Amino acid sequence: MMDTVASQRHLLSAKDLSLSQILEILDTARELGRITDGPMKKLPTLRGQTVVNLFFEDSTRTRLSFESAAKRLSADVINFSAKGSSVSKGEGLKDTAQTLEAMGADLIVIRHSAAGAAQRLAESGWVSSSIVNAGDGTHEHPTQALLDAYTIRTHFPECENSFSGLHIGIVGDILHSRVARSNVLLLVTLGAKVTLIAPPTLMPVGVESWPVDISYDLDDALTSLDAIMMLRIQSERMSELFFPSEREYARDYGLGNLRLNLLKEKAIIMHPGPMNRGMEISAASADNRKSAILEQVRNGILVRMSVLYLLLGGNPIPVEGVLV
Amino acid sequence: MTKSQTYLINSASLSDGSTVNLAITAGKIREISQAELNHDGEETVIDATGLLLLPGFVDLHTHLREPGRENSETVLTGSQAAVLGGFTAITAMANTNPVADSAGVVEQVARLGREAGICDVFPIGAVSVGLRGEALAELSAMAQSAARVRIFSDDGNCVSDPLLMRRALEYVKSFDGIIAQHAQDPVLTKNAQMNEGQISSKLGLKGWPAIAEESIIARDILMADYVGSRLHICHLSTTGGVEIVRWAKSRGMKVTAEVTPHHLLLTDELATSFDPIYKVNPPLRRSEDVMALRAGLADGTIDIVATDHAPHSLEDKECEWSAAAFGMIGLETAFAVVVEAMIKTGLMDWTRLTEVMSTKPAEIAGYEDHGEISINSAANLTLVNPEEVWRVDRLLTASRSFNTPFHGMEFTGKVRHTFFNGVQVVNHGELTGRRFEGSL
Repeated sequence: MMDTVASQRHLLSAKDLSLSQILEILDTARELGRITDGPMKKLPTLRGQTVVNLFFEDSTRTRLSFESAAKRLSADVINFSAKGSSVSKGEGLKDTAQTLEAMGADLIVIRHSAAGAAQRLAESGWVSSSIVNAGDGTHEHPTQALLDAYTIRTHFPECENSFSGLHIGIVGDILHSRVARSNVLLLVTLGAKVTLIAPPTLMPVGVESWPVDISYDLDDALTSLDAIMMLRIQSERMSELFFPSEREYARDYGLGNLRLNLLKEKAIIMHPGPMNRGMEISAASADNRKSAILEQVRNGILVRMSVLYLLLGGNPIPVEGVLV
Repeated sequence: MTKSQTYLINSASLSDGSTVNLAITAGKIREISQAELNHDGEETVIDATGLLLLPGFVDLHTHLREPGRENSETVLTGSQAAVLGGFTAITAMANTNPVADSAGVVEQVARLGREAGICDVFPIGAVSVGLRGEALAELSAMAQSAARVRIFSDDGNCVSDPLLMRRALEYVKSFDGIIAQHAQDPVLTKNAQMNEGQISSKLGLKGWPAIAEESIIARDILMADYVGSRLHICHLSTTGGVEIVRWAKSRGMKVTAEVTPHHLLLTDELATSFDPIYKVNPPLRRSEDVMALRAGLADGTIDIVATDHAPHSLEDKECEWSAAAFGMIGLETAFAVVVEAMIKTGLMDWTRLTEVMSTKPAEIAGYEDHGEISINSAANLTLVNPEEVWRVDRLLTASRSFNTPFHGMEFTGKVRHTFFNGVQVVNHGELTGRRFEGSL
């Protein structure tokens, strides 16, 4: 089998992607961006294919991003939101997925609060569609990591084919973060040096064996970072005794105004959203010229277009000015 | 049930390597001899050449689901799975619905066991009312009932309140009862999904730290020693737990411990499939823990093997990991798994296997008709072929549920015949009575 994305049926985990597959996705995303920035906003490549957004967990941003990506490739999109009501906790994954496939799904984008839900759907034999993991519990969120890598790449063009020499910091609730897990896997494959920065209570057990550096001191790590990813802190973590107060957390691990000055000149600030301004990131940091947060949102659509395109083996990308 | 209540078992090997002939009449072993036994033509003759004769296995930890969850198991189907696995006595855990926390429910379970009639079914009583860990259940009433309960457990839940645990341990002294503790600190394991460690961190599944088990084991060993009661630790799963029990035994404390077959063979690595067939309580642990459990079972730190046979319907497993039920079935595979983990590895011989699967559990629970092969003892026996290679097929289970983690795996060592009170209930690996026909 060739080492291409098309040789994979699903995108479940960042660990399943080789370096060349990652670069293929990022290159294709760039190409798709180049084309859709031109006069042709919408490509006909996935015409007649159906993408289902199967969202068992609320995430308007991610759903809109996938929906927008699929529509720009002319796919038909079915959105299924299982929030609360009939599909209560745990029930209905098999039935819901089979129902949607019976309606003609070619690819299912799944978001679920349970770790492993996407893999379970892909490997259980319940459905035959391609599965894209759009976030499964506290496990993984591979397209987020891809869009983060894409964003970093646009800022460091000299690192286009390898992130060797780049130092990326991921700050905050590593323990509960699917974004952190996927990013560690992807960034390490790309050759970056990764440092996880969090209080010990928010570090996963056994993190010492991950191929990353660990720091409890944000100020110490800050000065050498090329990109800093701030993770969202859920307010319920406080009641679960992970840290004493929002104030103390923000003081020790928030990207506040004073810390902005410690960042390298070319460093970029990232956040997967939605942000808690004043908690893990100050308003000034979020809106700073170093902030790449809105670029991340834009790039998310391109990267998801690329993933859908490569997994569904769409028609060739049209050359500029030639209608297909 | 069979045409004759008299059997001659010829040329059976014993665990010490000798070969004997055995006569069974009226429920008891009448004769054991090296010489050929008299034959009047009326007996059922079983050629046991190449088969190993063992006392019927005794399980102190079985979930039979009746009353309440008859869709996943009944006392009858559980009994059938048991005898196919070579067991002649099983011990029904209390977490049924209604909970076995009163004389009425334990008597019902005992009666269902007698009606099934193919092995002994001894009910366990709940320690606390409704397994809620608040008020003591009527332990004495259950002990004095027709079911004569001696083992009490809130299994599925831990008796986490130290005062309740102390009182339960003290209270059962009057009738020589045992508290079987499911050691799991509920606060440290809230919403926990699998063993806490490298794999759980990678998978983003909430971890179940070993210390949540070990801290309760340590506390209860000290407490049982303090009040002078008998404590039994259910399904030991961690290295630290083995070490604590070893320490306690070296000090002469009255504690016994069990390990399940699955904890002797499977590791948390299996969770990477996210297939909840591997979701169990206590969770599958690291390979280091598996090795420590094997060593503990071999050296006597762990007294017995107990299946923790836990049937669950397909719906409860055919879902995402965190929504699935905890538990695995294990009666029919227990012997083969113990052979795989302990005999084939050279850690145990057949004599020790007999102790951990029959003699010792019978002794702990006081099941007088089990665990023994001697003249005039009850004929509760199993004949196994230690060389037979077979593959587990979940569709062939007698259990009403199919949740075996061993499906498709090949094992050496198979139960061929089982006798309960002198009646053959398994013949050449098949039930002699009618079988419940289930399907996936």
